[in-house]
Amino acid sequence: MMIIKNGRVIDPASRTDDRLDVRIENDAIADVSRAISARKGDRVIDASGCIVLPGLIDMHVHFREPGREDVETIYSGSKVAAKSGFTTVCTLPNTNPVIDNQALVRFIRLEAEKGPINVFPIATVSKGRKGEEISEMGELINAGAVGFTDDGLPVMSSILMRRALEYSRMFDVPIIAHAEDLELSEEGIMNEGKNSTLLGLKGIPKESEEVMIARDVILTRLTGGRLHVAHVSSGGSVEIIRRAKEDGIRVTCETAPHYFSLTDDAVAEYLSMAKMKPPLRTEEDRRAVVEGLRNGIIDVIATDHAPHSLNEKMQELEYAPFGIIGLETAVPLIITVLVRANGFSFNNAFEKLTVNPARILKFDRGELKPGKAADITIINPDKKIVVNDEFILSKCKNSPFIGMELYGSVEYTLCGGNLVYARA
Amino acid sequence: MNSLKRKDLLDIQSLSVEEILLICTSAKYFKEIFTRTVKSVPVLRGKTVCTLFYEPSTRTKLSFDLAAKRLSANLINFSVNTSSVVKGESLIDTVHTLEAMKLDYIVMRHAASMAPHFLSRNIQASVINAGDGFHAHPTQALLDTYSIMEMRKDIAGLHIGIIGDIKHSRVARSDIEAFKKLGAKVTLCGPPTLVPDDFSLYGVDISYNLDELLSELDVINLLRIQKERQKGSMFPSLREYHRQFALTEERFRKCKSDVIVMHPGPVNRGIEIDDSVMESDRSIIQEQVTNGVAVRMAIFYLLAGAAPLEDMPEERDTADDDN
Repeated sequence: MMIIKNGRVIDPASRTDDRLDVRIENDAIADVSRAISARKGDRVIDASGCIVLPGLIDMHVHFREPGREDVETIYSGSKVAAKSGFTTVCTLPNTNPVIDNQALVRFIRLEAEKGPINVFPIATVSKGRKGEEISEMGELINAGAVGFTDDGLPVMSSILMRRALEYSRMFDVPIIAHAEDLELSEEGIMNEGKNSTLLGLKGIPKESEEVMIARDVILTRLTGGRLHVAHVSSGGSVEIIRRAKEDGIRVTCETAPHYFSLTDDAVAEYLSMAKMKPPLRTEEDRRAVVEGLRNGIIDVIATDHAPHSLNEKMQELEYAPFGIIGLETAVPLIITVLVRANGFSFNNAFEKLTVNPARILKFDRGELKPGKAADITIINPDKKIVVNDEFILSKCKNSPFIGMELYGSVEYTLCGGNLVYARA
Repeated sequence: MNSLKRKDLLDIQSLSVEEILLICTSAKYFKEIFTRTVKSVPVLRGKTVCTLFYEPSTRTKLSFDLAAKRLSANLINFSVNTSSVVKGESLIDTVHTLEAMKLDYIVMRHAASMAPHFLSRNIQASVINAGDGFHAHPTQALLDTYSIMEMRKDIAGLHIGIIGDIKHSRVARSDIEAFKKLGAKVTLCGPPTLVPDDFSLYGVDISYNLDELLSELDVINLLRIQKERQKGSMFPSLREYHRQFALTEERFRKCKSDVIVMHPGPVNRGIEIDDSVMESDRSIIQEQVTNGVAVRMAIFYLLAGAAPLEDMPEERDTADDDN
């Protein structure tokens, strides 16, 4: 049995924010109350100065397996996730081969059993991720898929998107949209605007994202399906989603920590380490994303953890692949940017990584109360970390945050009652 | 000050006004050498210049080659045949190879913006940007600046028009930065698809009507139109482009009598400019080429932090330079 003592328990689902102890029996939470006394043989974790949260959920990671095990595997990614405070992640299906059949969904779950945390596969929305025919959603759900997306690519075909939203209604699962009009993006590599003009780099207008979100919420209204918009990066996108929610359309969305932390000013300095899709936008967009998170228009923070080898990233900016790693910097950026710089309460910040993604994906997780799985993350929000080579456990170090000093140190991660990470 | 206190020449943005003027003053000296029977000086004797061109170029490469040779440098060419499909050795591996060869200067042309910046961060040699993507072509902008200063003492107060495909032009970006730093008024002219509003951040005016603009201009800098842009619907046809934005004989008559006509070359005759205008005495297109060599010599010289120019002996014999 284990007891977490002297911590500040934050449970966004019940808006709890109080000095409480937590008792864990086997794999479940047994008690959350004041001054629980330890029995003989209990293991005690001292959480003084720390916040005690439901285990964090990241509904958007790329673990590259199968296909690119040299840059990350389900096992290595799970270890990184545990170290970063995550007890549940969803893997995206743009691997090689793509996750579009039951066997591969089962393969991911099998590999995940070797690792310390819960891994739920998301499968492709189209067969072969070709954007032509919808995938066998029923079969994939039976095998363990929890959502559908062709992420990395949009569903360019409007009729296919309509069918996917329509067909998935009988399972009540989200269709996750990588919202991008590839024609408007052309061959762009960074946000279209002042910086792309100065640097002579081909731009991706924010409208490339916004027109697709507009299309998809309209199709969601038509079909009554459930839409989840991945990695929202622009103020216009937040506004379209706000209006859709007000109209009662079943849409949710996520953003990634880099969109509330950086702007396209970073591209000149960090070159390919600041190259991702959607691209970093302007300060105005960054502020709109922060406000969208504050007022709940943006439901979820997900990392879009996208490992690429240094070999691939150390190329001409135009040839380097899109994407950065994100698991390890997620908690420090949330604490530093949202809590410290923008005055978010812990509840408001961390609902985006606990109860909100759990509700979207219908997970019986993300809450810290008796009877729930003992997935718990303990963070010291006042302790500084430095993002350097030693700090980064991920197989790849493609991050624009390297060298930065941030607040928020993950001290312990428990998954199903097991201590899966303790900071050395 | 007789040197640039910097390792690299990557763009105009990072140069100060003093540095730009220093380059132009030194270029004047080097241009005078061209009138001598022996057209070389031993400024870079024992130094190695490597040209690294990832994109085809005739005049810029020739100009750099000539500049290096006239400064008595050892010159090697690393020519890279690349298409966007077939890429050979990665740039970072090439950089490591070049670093091991202990070169002094690398002159780089690359189709990808910021590639010379990436190179310069990973190598000790001085990197000179000979054009990167749509981003910068600083030596062209410096030779354009020098060429205008030869005709008019001061650039401040001049009204310079840059006409054509601004969006896809590294020459335009670098020219704008140089001309604005020196106090000129700059107006960009072309169709909105090729002159995006974002360029107003440079503090320039934008016009879509060349006929209204022409009579105000002291300098007309015409850019080369890439014929393939038509396929991307940037403009409907070369014919329509010519009607709207070419410097025709008829338009030329409306210009100021002392107007300066420039073009970075190579020229599409009959598209950007009519033959007769190109050959008029107001065109300095040929002189720009001569000045290009002098300006590039000045840049090599100033990056080397070498001795004052007055003490420079004439080069007698370069036969043993290869040792």
